[in-house]
Amino acid sequence: MVYPEIPHDVNSPTHPVSAMDYMPVEPLRALQLHRLQWTVKYAYERVPLFRSRCDERGVRPEHIKTLADIKLLPFMKKTDLRDEYPMGLRGASMDEIVRFHCSSGTTGKPICIPNTMHDIEVWQNGAMRCLTMYGIRAGDVIQVAYGYGLFTGGLGLHYGGEGLGCAVLPISGGNTERQIMLMRDLGVTAIAATPSYFLRIMDEARRQGVDFRRDTKLRHGIFGAEPWTDEMRETIERETGIIAHDIYGLTEISGPGVAGACSHRTGLHIWEDHFYPEIIDPDTLEPLPDGEKGELVFTTISRTGTPMIRYRTRDLTRLHTEKCPCGRTMRVMDRISARSDDMLIIHGVNVFPSQIEAALLKVPEVEPHYQIIITPTATLDLFEIKVEVTAAAISDSVRHVEELRRRVLDAIKTIIGLTPKITLVEPGSLPRSEGKIQRVIDNRKKK
Amino acid sequence: MTINQISVFLANRTGQLAQVCTALAENDISIVTLSLADTTDFGILRMIVSDHEKARQILTAAGHVVKVTPVFAVTVPDVPGGMAGVAQKLSAAGCDVEYSYAFAFHHGEKAVLVFRFADPDKAAKVLSDAGCITLDERQIEDASR
Repeated sequence: MVYPEIPHDVNSPTHPVSAMDYMPVEPLRALQLHRLQWTVKYAYERVPLFRSRCDERGVRPEHIKTLADIKLLPFMKKTDLRDEYPMGLRGASMDEIVRFHCSSGTTGKPICIPNTMHDIEVWQNGAMRCLTMYGIRAGDVIQVAYGYGLFTGGLGLHYGGEGLGCAVLPISGGNTERQIMLMRDLGVTAIAATPSYFLRIMDEARRQGVDFRRDTKLRHGIFGAEPWTDEMRETIERETGIIAHDIYGLTEISGPGVAGACSHRTGLHIWEDHFYPEIIDPDTLEPLPDGEKGELVFTTISRTGTPMIRYRTRDLTRLHTEKCPCGRTMRVMDRISARSDDMLIIHGVNVFPSQIEAALLKVPEVEPHYQIIITPTATLDLFEIKVEVTAAAISDSVRHVEELRRRVLDAIKTIIGLTPKITLVEPGSLPRSEGKIQRVIDNRKKK
Repeated sequence: MTINQISVFLANRTGQLAQVCTALAENDISIVTLSLADTTDFGILRMIVSDHEKARQILTAAGHVVKVTPVFAVTVPDVPGGMAGVAQKLSAAGCDVEYSYAFAFHHGEKAVLVFRFADPDKAAKVLSDAGCITLDERQIEDASR
Protein backbone atom coordinates (compact mmCIF):
# COMPACT_ATOMS: atom_id res chain seq x y z
CA MET A 1 0.00 0.00 0.00
CA VAL A 2 1.18 3.52 -0.77
CA TYR A 3 -0.37 5.99 1.62
CA PRO A 4 -0.78 9.52 0.28
CA GLU A 5 2.17 11.80 0.91
CA ILE A 6 0.91 14.78 2.83
CA PRO A 7 0.78 17.76 0.47
CA HIS A 8 3.69 19.89 1.52
CA ASP A 9 6.69 21.49 -0.03
CA VAL A 10 8.96 20.62 2.86
CA ASN A 11 9.53 16.94 2.12
CA SER A 12 11.79 17.63 -0.82
CA PRO A 13 15.45 18.21 -1.59
CA THR A 14 15.02 21.86 -0.64
CA HIS A 15 14.05 21.09 2.95
CA PRO A 16 17.06 21.45 5.27
CA VAL A 17 16.20 18.23 7.09
CA SER A 18 15.60 16.07 4.00
CA ALA A 19 18.13 17.54 1.57
CA MET A 20 20.75 14.83 2.10
CA ASP A 21 18.17 12.10 1.44
CA TYR A 22 18.22 13.06 -2.25
CA MET A 23 21.95 13.50 -2.76
CA PRO A 24 23.00 12.24 -6.22
CA VAL A 25 24.67 8.84 -5.98
CA GLU A 26 28.10 9.77 -7.33
CA PRO A 27 28.87 12.59 -4.89
CA LEU A 28 27.31 10.44 -2.14
CA ARG A 29 29.84 7.65 -2.80
CA ALA A 30 32.64 10.23 -2.83
CA LEU A 31 31.43 11.61 0.50
CA GLN A 32 31.21 8.10 1.95
CA LEU A 33 34.74 7.26 0.86
CA HIS A 34 36.07 10.49 2.30
CA ARG A 35 34.31 9.86 5.62
CA LEU A 36 35.31 6.18 5.69
CA GLN A 37 38.98 7.06 5.19
CA TRP A 38 38.74 9.66 7.93
CA THR A 39 37.03 7.19 10.33
CA VAL A 40 39.55 4.39 9.70
CA LYS A 41 42.47 6.70 10.36
CA TYR A 42 40.76 8.14 13.45
CA ALA A 43 40.00 4.68 14.88
CA TYR A 44 43.46 3.32 13.99
CA GLU A 45 45.07 6.11 15.97
CA ARG A 46 42.74 5.95 18.96
CA VAL A 47 41.25 2.47 19.44
CA PRO A 48 43.90 -0.11 20.45
CA LEU A 49 41.78 -3.17 19.61
CA PHE A 50 41.10 -1.88 16.09
CA ARG A 51 44.76 -1.01 15.52
CA SER A 52 46.04 -4.40 16.69
CA ARG A 53 43.54 -6.24 14.47
CA CYS A 54 44.53 -4.14 11.47
CA ASP A 55 48.19 -4.78 12.20
CA GLU A 56 47.56 -8.54 12.40
CA ARG A 57 46.15 -8.39 8.90
CA GLY A 58 48.80 -6.02 7.61
CA VAL A 59 46.18 -3.38 6.85
CA ARG A 60 46.93 0.31 7.26
CA PRO A 61 44.48 3.23 6.89
CA GLU A 62 46.13 4.35 3.66
CA HIS A 63 45.19 0.99 2.07
CA ILE A 64 41.55 2.11 1.93
CA LYS A 65 41.45 3.67 -1.53
CA THR A 66 37.91 2.74 -2.61
CA LEU A 67 34.69 1.87 -0.80
CA ALA A 68 35.18 -1.78 -1.81
CA ASP A 69 38.44 -1.80 0.16
CA ILE A 70 36.31 -1.85 3.30
CA LYS A 71 36.44 -5.64 3.00
CA LEU A 72 40.10 -5.51 4.08
CA LEU A 73 39.07 -4.27 7.51
CA PRO A 74 38.35 -6.49 10.55
CA PHE A 75 34.81 -6.98 11.85
CA MET A 76 33.56 -5.80 15.21
CA LYS A 77 31.11 -7.98 17.14
CA LYS A 78 28.90 -7.56 20.16
CA THR A 79 31.26 -9.81 22.13
CA ASP A 80 34.04 -7.29 21.42
CA LEU A 81 31.91 -4.57 23.02
CA ARG A 82 31.39 -6.81 26.05
CA ASP A 83 35.08 -7.67 26.29
CA GLU A 84 36.06 -4.01 26.00
CA TYR A 85 33.45 -2.91 28.56
CA PRO A 86 33.19 -0.21 29.74
CA MET A 87 35.16 2.13 27.49
CA GLY A 88 37.84 0.22 25.61
CA LEU A 89 36.46 1.22 22.21
CA ARG A 90 36.15 4.93 23.00
CA GLY A 91 37.66 7.15 20.33
CA ALA A 92 37.16 10.63 21.78
CA SER A 93 38.76 11.98 24.93
CA MET A 94 36.62 12.19 28.06
CA ASP A 95 36.19 15.98 27.77
CA GLU A 96 34.35 15.39 24.49
CA ILE A 97 32.03 12.67 25.82
CA VAL A 98 28.58 14.00 26.75
CA ARG A 99 26.47 10.88 27.18
CA PHE A 100 26.56 7.11 27.69
CA HIS A 101 24.08 4.59 26.43
CA CYS A 102 24.13 0.95 27.47
CA SER A 103 22.36 -2.19 26.36
CA SER A 104 20.00 -3.74 28.86
CA GLY A 105 22.48 -6.44 29.80
CA THR A 106 19.85 -9.15 30.27
CA THR A 107 22.21 -11.59 28.63
CA GLY A 108 25.21 -10.93 30.85
CA LYS A 109 27.70 -8.09 30.87
CA PRO A 110 26.26 -4.87 29.39
CA ILE A 111 27.78 -2.92 26.54
CA CYS A 112 28.50 0.77 26.90
CA ILE A 113 28.67 3.37 24.12
CA PRO A 114 30.16 6.79 24.92
CA ASN A 115 28.74 9.54 22.65
CA THR A 116 30.11 12.99 21.82
CA MET A 117 27.90 16.01 21.22
CA HIS A 118 28.55 15.50 17.52
CA ASP A 119 27.27 11.89 17.78
CA ILE A 120 24.11 13.09 19.48
CA GLU A 121 23.57 15.60 16.66
CA VAL A 122 24.11 12.97 13.96
CA TRP A 123 21.65 10.71 15.76
CA GLN A 124 19.08 13.48 16.16
CA ASN A 125 19.47 14.34 12.48
CA GLY A 126 18.71 10.72 11.53
CA ALA A 127 15.60 10.65 13.71
CA MET A 128 14.43 14.02 12.27
CA ARG A 129 14.90 12.77 8.72
CA CYS A 130 12.80 9.68 9.52
CA LEU A 131 10.00 11.72 11.10
CA THR A 132 9.99 14.18 8.19
CA MET A 133 9.80 11.27 5.77
CA TYR A 134 6.77 9.90 7.66
CA GLY A 135 5.00 13.23 7.17
CA ILE A 136 5.33 14.35 10.78
CA ARG A 137 5.69 18.10 11.25
CA ALA A 138 5.72 20.89 13.83
CA GLY A 139 2.19 20.84 15.22
CA ASP A 140 2.20 17.07 15.64
CA VAL A 141 2.11 15.69 19.16
CA ILE A 142 4.42 12.69 19.64
CA GLN A 143 3.89 10.27 22.49
CA VAL A 144 7.24 8.58 23.07
CA ALA A 145 6.35 5.26 24.68
CA TYR A 146 9.80 3.78 24.18
CA GLY A 147 11.79 3.38 27.37
CA TYR A 148 13.86 6.40 28.40
CA GLY A 149 17.26 6.03 29.96
CA LEU A 150 20.15 3.79 29.01
CA PHE A 151 18.07 2.36 26.17
CA THR A 152 18.28 4.64 23.10
CA GLY A 153 14.63 4.31 22.01
CA GLY A 154 13.06 7.02 24.17
CA LEU A 155 15.69 9.75 23.92
CA GLY A 156 16.23 9.13 20.19
CA LEU A 157 12.64 9.88 19.22
CA HIS A 158 12.48 12.60 21.87
CA TYR A 159 15.31 14.64 20.34
CA GLY A 160 14.09 13.87 16.82
CA GLY A 161 10.61 15.18 17.61
CA GLU A 162 11.86 18.29 19.40
CA GLY A 163 14.29 19.00 16.58
CA LEU A 164 11.36 19.25 14.18
CA GLY A 165 9.36 21.44 16.53
CA CYS A 166 6.84 18.75 17.45
CA ALA A 167 5.32 18.62 20.91
CA VAL A 168 6.85 15.62 22.67
CA LEU A 169 5.14 13.66 25.44
CA PRO A 170 7.99 11.78 27.16
CA ILE A 171 5.78 9.17 28.81
CA SER A 172 8.18 6.21 28.39
CA GLY A 173 6.83 2.65 28.55
CA GLY A 174 4.33 1.18 30.99
CA ASN A 175 1.17 2.37 32.76
CA THR A 176 -0.97 1.55 29.75
CA GLU A 177 -4.15 3.11 31.16
CA ARG A 178 -2.44 6.49 31.51
CA GLN A 179 -0.98 6.15 28.00
CA ILE A 180 -4.50 6.06 26.60
CA MET A 181 -5.77 8.87 28.81
CA LEU A 182 -2.96 11.27 27.83
CA MET A 183 -3.20 10.21 24.18
CA ARG A 184 -6.82 11.35 24.17
CA ASP A 185 -6.49 14.40 26.38
CA LEU A 186 -3.46 15.89 24.60
CA GLY A 187 -4.62 15.09 21.08
CA VAL A 188 -1.60 12.89 20.36
CA THR A 189 -1.09 12.41 16.60
CA ALA A 190 1.93 10.09 16.61
CA ILE A 191 3.14 7.38 18.95
CA ALA A 192 6.58 5.80 19.07
CA ALA A 193 6.69 2.36 20.68
CA THR A 194 7.78 -1.20 20.17
CA PRO A 195 5.13 -2.90 18.03
CA SER A 196 4.44 -5.41 20.78
CA TYR A 197 3.86 -2.66 23.34
CA PHE A 198 1.51 -0.89 20.95
CA LEU A 199 -0.50 -4.12 20.69
CA ARG A 200 -0.76 -4.04 24.46
CA ILE A 201 -2.07 -0.45 24.23
CA MET A 202 -4.59 -1.58 21.60
CA ASP A 203 -5.74 -4.35 23.89
CA GLU A 204 -6.19 -1.95 26.80
CA ALA A 205 -8.08 0.49 24.53
CA ARG A 206 -10.42 -2.33 23.53
CA ARG A 207 -11.01 -3.12 27.17
CA GLN A 208 -11.87 0.53 27.88
CA GLY A 209 -14.10 0.73 24.81
CA VAL A 210 -11.80 3.34 23.21
CA ASP A 211 -11.92 3.40 19.42
CA PHE A 212 -8.75 4.92 17.92
CA ARG A 213 -10.58 6.30 14.89
CA ARG A 214 -13.41 7.83 16.87
CA ASP A 215 -11.81 8.79 20.17
CA THR A 216 -8.21 9.79 19.34
CA LYS A 217 -6.32 11.91 16.82
CA LEU A 218 -3.64 9.27 16.39
CA ARG A 219 -2.46 8.98 12.79
CA HIS A 220 1.12 7.74 12.93
CA GLY A 221 2.83 4.85 14.70
CA ILE A 222 6.63 4.76 14.73
CA PHE A 223 7.61 1.18 15.33
CA GLY A 224 10.97 -0.49 15.74
CA ALA A 225 13.45 -1.90 18.26
CA GLU A 226 12.28 -5.46 17.67
CA PRO A 227 11.70 -7.59 14.58
CA TRP A 228 8.13 -7.46 13.32
CA THR A 229 6.20 -8.73 10.33
CA ASP A 230 3.88 -7.47 7.57
CA GLU A 231 1.06 -9.39 9.25
CA MET A 232 1.55 -7.38 12.44
CA ARG A 233 1.58 -4.12 10.50
CA GLU A 234 -1.64 -5.06 8.72
CA THR A 235 -3.28 -5.91 12.04
CA ILE A 236 -2.27 -2.58 13.57
CA GLU A 237 -3.36 -0.51 10.57
CA ARG A 238 -6.64 -2.35 10.12
CA GLU A 239 -7.67 -2.11 13.74
CA THR A 240 -6.61 1.46 14.48
CA GLY A 241 -6.59 3.27 11.13
CA ILE A 242 -3.10 4.68 11.78
CA ILE A 243 -0.10 4.41 9.46
CA ALA A 244 2.49 2.06 10.91
CA HIS A 245 5.97 3.37 10.02
CA ASP A 246 9.19 1.43 10.31
CA ILE A 247 12.18 2.84 12.11
CA TYR A 248 15.51 1.12 12.63
CA GLY A 249 18.49 1.83 14.79
CA LEU A 250 20.81 0.31 17.33
CA THR A 251 22.71 1.61 20.31
CA GLU A 252 26.07 0.38 19.00
CA ILE A 253 25.71 2.51 15.86
CA SER A 254 23.68 5.41 17.30
CA GLY A 255 19.99 4.81 18.08
CA PRO A 256 16.60 4.91 16.34
CA GLY A 257 16.91 6.87 13.11
CA VAL A 258 19.61 4.91 11.30
CA ALA A 259 16.98 3.97 8.71
CA GLY A 260 13.27 4.39 8.09
CA ALA A 261 10.57 3.53 5.55
CA CYS A 262 9.09 6.09 3.16
CA SER A 263 5.48 6.17 1.98
CA HIS A 264 6.23 3.80 -0.91
CA ARG A 265 7.19 1.05 1.49
CA THR A 266 9.99 -0.25 -0.64
CA GLY A 267 11.91 -0.97 2.55
CA LEU A 268 13.88 1.27 4.91
CA HIS A 269 16.10 4.03 3.53
CA ILE A 270 19.43 3.93 5.33
CA TRP A 271 21.02 7.31 6.09
CA GLU A 272 24.19 6.08 4.49
CA ASP A 273 25.90 9.46 4.54
CA HIS A 274 26.49 8.56 8.23
CA PHE A 275 26.03 4.79 8.42
CA TYR A 276 27.67 2.78 5.67
CA PRO A 277 25.90 -0.57 5.15
CA GLU A 278 27.20 -3.91 3.87
CA ILE A 279 25.59 -7.31 3.59
CA ILE A 280 27.78 -10.33 4.31
CA ASP A 281 27.35 -14.06 4.33
CA PRO A 282 27.26 -14.81 8.07
CA ASP A 283 29.12 -18.09 7.58
CA THR A 284 31.91 -17.17 5.15
CA LEU A 285 31.95 -13.45 6.18
CA GLU A 286 32.33 -12.54 2.50
CA PRO A 287 30.49 -9.41 1.26
CA LEU A 288 27.35 -10.19 -0.76
CA PRO A 289 26.15 -8.12 -3.71
CA ASP A 290 23.14 -5.80 -3.33
CA GLY A 291 19.90 -7.78 -3.57
CA GLU A 292 21.17 -10.86 -1.74
CA LYS A 293 20.03 -11.66 1.77
CA GLY A 294 22.60 -11.84 4.52
CA GLU A 295 23.79 -10.23 7.73
CA LEU A 296 23.72 -6.45 7.92
CA VAL A 297 27.04 -4.82 8.80
CA PHE A 298 27.42 -1.13 9.60
CA THR A 299 30.35 1.24 9.64
CA THR A 300 29.78 4.61 11.25
CA ILE A 301 31.51 7.16 9.04
CA SER A 302 30.86 10.35 10.98
CA ARG A 303 30.80 9.34 14.64
CA THR A 304 33.59 10.21 17.03
CA GLY A 305 32.68 8.92 20.53
CA THR A 306 32.74 5.24 19.61
CA PRO A 307 33.69 4.80 15.95
CA MET A 308 32.32 1.43 14.88
CA ILE A 309 33.89 -0.26 11.90
CA ARG A 310 32.19 -3.21 10.20
CA TYR A 311 29.90 -3.88 13.14
CA ARG A 312 27.99 -7.15 12.70
CA THR A 313 24.38 -6.37 13.64
CA ARG A 314 23.14 -10.00 13.47
CA ASP A 315 20.10 -8.62 11.63
CA LEU A 316 19.24 -10.47 8.44
CA THR A 317 18.13 -8.36 5.46
CA ARG A 318 19.05 -7.36 1.90
CA LEU A 319 19.96 -4.06 0.26
CA HIS A 320 18.20 -2.77 -2.83
CA THR A 321 19.71 -0.44 -5.39
CA GLU A 322 16.61 0.15 -7.51
CA LYS A 323 15.59 3.78 -7.47
CA CYS A 324 12.77 4.41 -5.00
CA PRO A 325 9.78 6.33 -6.45
CA CYS A 326 10.05 8.81 -3.58
CA GLY A 327 13.23 10.13 -5.17
CA ARG A 328 15.55 9.42 -2.24
CA THR A 329 18.91 8.04 -3.32
CA MET A 330 19.73 6.43 0.00
CA ARG A 331 19.74 2.65 -0.40
CA VAL A 332 16.83 0.67 0.95
CA MET A 333 16.94 -2.46 3.11
CA ASP A 334 14.12 -4.89 3.81
CA ARG A 335 12.48 -4.61 7.20
CA ILE A 336 14.28 -6.77 9.76
CA SER A 337 12.10 -9.78 10.41
CA ALA A 338 14.80 -12.09 11.69
CA ARG A 339 18.18 -11.99 13.36
CA SER A 340 20.87 -14.50 12.66
CA ASP A 341 21.20 -15.18 16.38
CA ASP A 342 17.40 -15.50 16.73
CA MET A 343 17.40 -18.73 14.84
CA LEU A 344 16.66 -21.69 17.03
CA ILE A 345 17.37 -25.25 16.13
CA ILE A 346 14.60 -27.29 17.69
CA HIS A 347 14.42 -31.04 17.09
CA GLY A 348 16.79 -30.42 14.20
CA VAL A 349 14.50 -27.87 12.53
CA ASN A 350 15.40 -24.19 12.02
CA VAL A 351 12.81 -21.99 13.71
CA PHE A 352 12.65 -18.17 13.71
CA PRO A 353 10.47 -16.42 16.32
CA SER A 354 9.02 -14.30 13.49
CA GLN A 355 7.45 -17.47 12.08
CA ILE A 356 5.60 -18.01 15.35
CA GLU A 357 4.41 -14.40 15.26
CA ALA A 358 3.15 -14.79 11.68
CA ALA A 359 1.29 -17.97 12.66
CA LEU A 360 -0.35 -16.36 15.70
CA LEU A 361 -1.57 -13.42 13.64
CA LYS A 362 -3.63 -15.88 11.64
CA VAL A 363 -5.63 -16.76 14.77
CA PRO A 364 -7.75 -13.72 15.60
CA GLU A 365 -8.51 -14.73 19.20
CA VAL A 366 -4.93 -14.64 20.43
CA GLU A 367 -2.38 -11.84 20.65
CA PRO A 368 0.99 -12.18 18.96
CA HIS A 369 2.42 -11.99 22.48
CA TYR A 370 4.28 -15.21 23.03
CA GLN A 371 7.26 -16.79 24.66
CA ILE A 372 9.15 -19.79 23.37
CA ILE A 373 10.59 -22.04 26.07
CA ILE A 374 12.95 -24.88 25.28
CA THR A 375 13.90 -27.23 28.08
CA PRO A 376 16.28 -30.15 27.75
CA THR A 377 15.03 -33.55 28.88
CA ALA A 378 16.60 -37.01 28.86
CA THR A 379 15.07 -37.61 25.44
CA LEU A 380 13.68 -34.95 23.09
CA ASP A 381 13.91 -31.30 24.18
CA LEU A 382 10.61 -29.94 25.46
CA PHE A 383 9.36 -27.19 23.14
CA GLU A 384 6.67 -25.00 24.66
CA ILE A 385 5.04 -21.79 23.46
CA LYS A 386 3.10 -19.61 25.88
CA VAL A 387 0.52 -17.46 24.14
CA GLU A 388 -1.58 -14.65 25.55
CA VAL A 389 -5.27 -14.91 24.70
CA THR A 390 -7.57 -11.93 24.24
CA ALA A 391 -10.30 -11.30 26.75
CA ALA A 392 -12.89 -11.79 24.03
CA ALA A 393 -11.63 -15.26 23.15
CA ILE A 394 -12.05 -16.83 26.55
CA SER A 395 -15.10 -18.92 27.02
CA ASP A 396 -16.80 -20.47 30.02
CA SER A 397 -16.49 -23.78 28.25
CA VAL A 398 -13.38 -25.94 28.49
CA ARG A 399 -14.18 -27.39 25.10
CA HIS A 400 -14.00 -23.98 23.41
CA VAL A 401 -10.72 -23.11 25.05
CA GLU A 402 -9.25 -26.48 24.10
CA GLU A 403 -10.45 -25.91 20.56
CA LEU A 404 -8.77 -22.50 20.49
CA ARG A 405 -5.56 -24.11 21.67
CA ARG A 406 -5.81 -26.69 18.91
CA ARG A 407 -6.25 -23.96 16.30
CA VAL A 408 -3.18 -22.12 17.61
CA LEU A 409 -1.24 -25.37 17.43
CA ASP A 410 -2.42 -26.06 13.88
CA ALA A 411 -1.42 -22.57 12.70
CA ILE A 412 2.08 -23.00 14.16
CA LYS A 413 2.44 -26.59 12.94
CA THR A 414 1.58 -25.54 9.38
CA ILE A 415 4.39 -22.98 9.35
CA ILE A 416 7.23 -24.68 11.22
CA GLY A 417 6.35 -28.36 10.89
CA LEU A 418 6.86 -29.08 14.59
CA THR A 419 4.32 -29.77 17.33
CA PRO A 420 5.08 -27.57 20.35
CA LYS A 421 3.16 -27.69 23.60
CA ILE A 422 0.85 -24.67 23.57
CA THR A 423 0.01 -23.03 26.89
CA LEU A 424 -2.59 -20.28 26.91
CA VAL A 425 -2.03 -17.53 29.46
CA GLU A 426 -3.86 -14.36 30.51
CA PRO A 427 -3.36 -11.13 28.55
CA GLY A 428 -0.47 -9.07 29.88
CA SER A 429 0.86 -11.94 32.00
CA LEU A 430 4.10 -12.62 30.09
CA PRO A 431 6.86 -10.54 31.69
CA ARG A 432 7.97 -7.49 29.71
CA SER A 433 10.93 -5.17 29.90
CA GLU A 434 11.07 -1.90 27.97
CA GLY A 435 7.87 -3.03 26.30
CA LYS A 436 9.54 -6.14 24.94
CA ILE A 437 8.71 -9.68 25.88
CA GLN A 438 11.72 -11.95 26.13
CA ARG A 439 10.71 -14.08 23.15
CA VAL A 440 12.95 -17.03 23.77
CA ILE A 441 13.96 -18.82 26.93
CA ASP A 442 16.40 -21.48 25.84
CA ASN A 443 17.26 -23.54 28.89
CA ARG A 444 19.60 -25.71 26.81
CA LYS A 445 22.22 -22.96 27.02
CA LYS A 446 22.39 -23.03 30.81
CA LYS A 447 24.23 -26.34 31.07
CA MET B 1 -35.42 -17.37 32.83
CA THR B 2 -31.66 -17.25 33.24
CA ILE B 3 -29.16 -15.88 35.71
CA ASN B 4 -25.67 -14.55 35.04
CA GLN B 5 -22.66 -16.67 35.77
CA ILE B 6 -19.16 -15.21 35.71
CA SER B 7 -16.27 -17.36 34.57
CA VAL B 8 -12.60 -16.59 35.08
CA PHE B 9 -9.74 -18.03 33.04
CA LEU B 10 -7.00 -19.27 35.34
CA ALA B 11 -3.54 -20.17 34.12
CA ASN B 12 -2.19 -23.01 36.24
CA ARG B 13 -0.20 -21.04 38.79
CA THR B 14 -0.12 -21.27 42.54
CA GLY B 15 -2.22 -18.59 44.22
CA GLN B 16 -4.50 -17.82 41.29
CA LEU B 17 -7.66 -19.05 43.00
CA ALA B 18 -6.78 -17.27 46.25
CA GLN B 19 -6.25 -14.03 44.33
CA VAL B 20 -9.71 -14.16 42.77
CA CYS B 21 -11.51 -15.02 46.01
CA THR B 22 -9.64 -12.36 47.97
CA ALA B 23 -10.55 -9.68 45.43
CA LEU B 24 -14.22 -10.63 45.76
CA ALA B 25 -14.09 -10.79 49.55
CA GLU B 26 -12.47 -7.37 49.84
CA ASN B 27 -15.33 -5.91 47.84
CA ASP B 28 -17.98 -7.64 49.89
CA ILE B 29 -19.15 -9.91 47.10
CA SER B 30 -20.48 -13.23 48.21
CA ILE B 31 -20.07 -16.43 46.21
CA VAL B 32 -23.34 -18.37 46.10
CA THR B 33 -21.76 -21.38 44.44
CA LEU B 34 -18.86 -22.25 42.17
CA SER B 35 -17.45 -24.95 40.01
CA LEU B 36 -13.87 -25.28 38.88
CA ALA B 37 -13.24 -26.98 35.54
CA ASP B 38 -9.60 -27.82 35.14
CA THR B 39 -7.32 -29.33 32.57
CA THR B 40 -3.61 -29.97 33.01
CA ASP B 41 -2.80 -26.49 31.70
CA PHE B 42 -5.53 -24.11 32.74
CA GLY B 43 -8.73 -23.86 34.71
CA ILE B 44 -12.04 -22.11 34.29
CA LEU B 45 -13.62 -20.94 37.51
CA ARG B 46 -17.37 -20.54 37.15
CA MET B 47 -19.24 -18.69 39.86
CA ILE B 48 -22.67 -17.45 40.78
CA VAL B 49 -22.10 -14.35 42.89
CA SER B 50 -24.21 -11.77 44.69
CA ASP B 51 -23.36 -8.95 42.21
CA HIS B 52 -22.02 -10.26 38.92
CA GLU B 53 -21.48 -6.85 37.30
CA LYS B 54 -19.43 -5.51 40.20
CA ALA B 55 -17.51 -8.80 40.33
CA ARG B 56 -16.74 -8.55 36.63
CA GLN B 57 -15.42 -5.01 37.00
CA ILE B 58 -13.25 -5.83 39.99
CA LEU B 59 -11.74 -8.95 38.50
CA THR B 60 -11.15 -7.32 35.10
CA ALA B 61 -9.40 -4.41 36.77
CA ALA B 62 -7.24 -6.94 38.63
CA GLY B 63 -6.10 -8.26 35.25
CA HIS B 64 -8.26 -11.36 34.95
CA VAL B 65 -10.12 -12.50 31.89
CA VAL B 66 -13.77 -12.59 32.89
CA LYS B 67 -16.78 -13.67 30.92
CA VAL B 68 -20.46 -13.34 31.82
CA THR B 69 -22.71 -16.14 30.58
CA PRO B 70 -26.43 -16.70 31.07
CA VAL B 71 -27.17 -20.06 32.74
CA PHE B 72 -30.33 -21.73 34.07
CA ALA B 73 -30.82 -22.29 37.81
CA VAL B 74 -33.48 -24.97 38.26
CA THR B 75 -34.86 -25.76 41.71
CA VAL B 76 -35.56 -29.36 42.58
CA PRO B 77 -36.50 -31.09 45.85
CA ASP B 78 -33.38 -31.99 47.78
CA VAL B 79 -34.23 -35.71 47.89
CA PRO B 80 -33.00 -38.79 46.02
CA GLY B 81 -34.27 -38.56 42.44
CA GLY B 82 -34.53 -34.76 42.51
CA MET B 83 -31.99 -34.29 39.77
CA ALA B 84 -32.96 -37.46 37.91
CA GLY B 85 -36.41 -36.03 37.20
CA VAL B 86 -35.04 -32.96 35.44
CA ALA B 87 -32.28 -34.88 33.69
CA GLN B 88 -34.78 -37.37 32.26
CA LYS B 89 -36.97 -34.63 30.85
CA LEU B 90 -34.03 -32.86 29.25
CA SER B 91 -32.72 -36.07 27.80
CA ALA B 92 -36.11 -37.09 26.44
CA ALA B 93 -36.37 -33.73 24.67
CA GLY B 94 -32.84 -34.07 23.28
CA CYS B 95 -31.33 -31.09 25.15
CA ASP B 96 -27.52 -31.21 25.28
CA VAL B 97 -26.03 -30.08 28.59
CA GLU B 98 -22.63 -28.39 28.20
CA TYR B 99 -21.96 -28.50 31.92
CA SER B 100 -23.82 -28.47 35.20
CA TYR B 101 -23.22 -28.07 38.92
CA ALA B 102 -25.47 -27.86 41.97
CA PHE B 103 -25.91 -26.25 45.35
CA ALA B 104 -28.30 -26.43 48.30
CA PHE B 105 -30.81 -23.61 48.66
CA HIS B 106 -32.85 -22.37 51.65
CA HIS B 107 -31.05 -24.51 54.16
CA GLY B 108 -31.53 -27.84 52.56
CA GLU B 109 -35.20 -27.85 51.56
CA LYS B 110 -34.31 -27.39 47.93
CA ALA B 111 -31.40 -28.01 45.69
CA VAL B 112 -30.53 -25.82 42.73
CA LEU B 113 -29.09 -27.27 39.54
CA VAL B 114 -27.12 -24.86 37.36
CA PHE B 115 -27.17 -25.73 33.67
CA ARG B 116 -25.43 -24.40 30.61
CA PHE B 117 -27.12 -25.70 27.47
CA ALA B 118 -25.92 -25.99 23.90
CA ASP B 119 -29.30 -24.61 22.80
CA PRO B 120 -30.64 -22.33 25.56
CA ASP B 121 -33.90 -21.39 23.77
CA LYS B 122 -34.93 -24.98 23.30
CA ALA B 123 -33.96 -25.83 26.88
CA ALA B 124 -36.00 -22.91 28.21
CA LYS B 125 -39.09 -24.28 26.52
CA VAL B 126 -38.51 -27.85 27.72
CA LEU B 127 -38.03 -26.69 31.30
CA SER B 128 -41.08 -24.46 31.26
CA ASP B 129 -43.28 -27.16 29.63
CA ALA B 130 -42.15 -29.61 32.31
CA GLY B 131 -43.20 -27.14 35.01
CA CYS B 132 -39.65 -26.73 36.38
CA ILE B 133 -39.00 -23.64 38.46
CA THR B 134 -36.00 -21.53 37.47
CA LEU B 135 -34.61 -18.86 39.75
CA ASP B 136 -34.06 -15.23 38.75
CA GLU B 137 -31.31 -12.79 39.70
CA ARG B 138 -33.26 -11.37 42.64
CA GLN B 139 -33.78 -14.75 44.24
CA ILE B 140 -30.08 -15.47 43.89
CA GLU B 141 -29.29 -12.15 45.53
CA ASP B 142 -31.66 -12.99 48.38
CA ALA B 143 -30.01 -16.37 48.78
CA SER B 144 -26.64 -14.72 49.22
CA ARG B 145 -27.77 -12.60 52.17
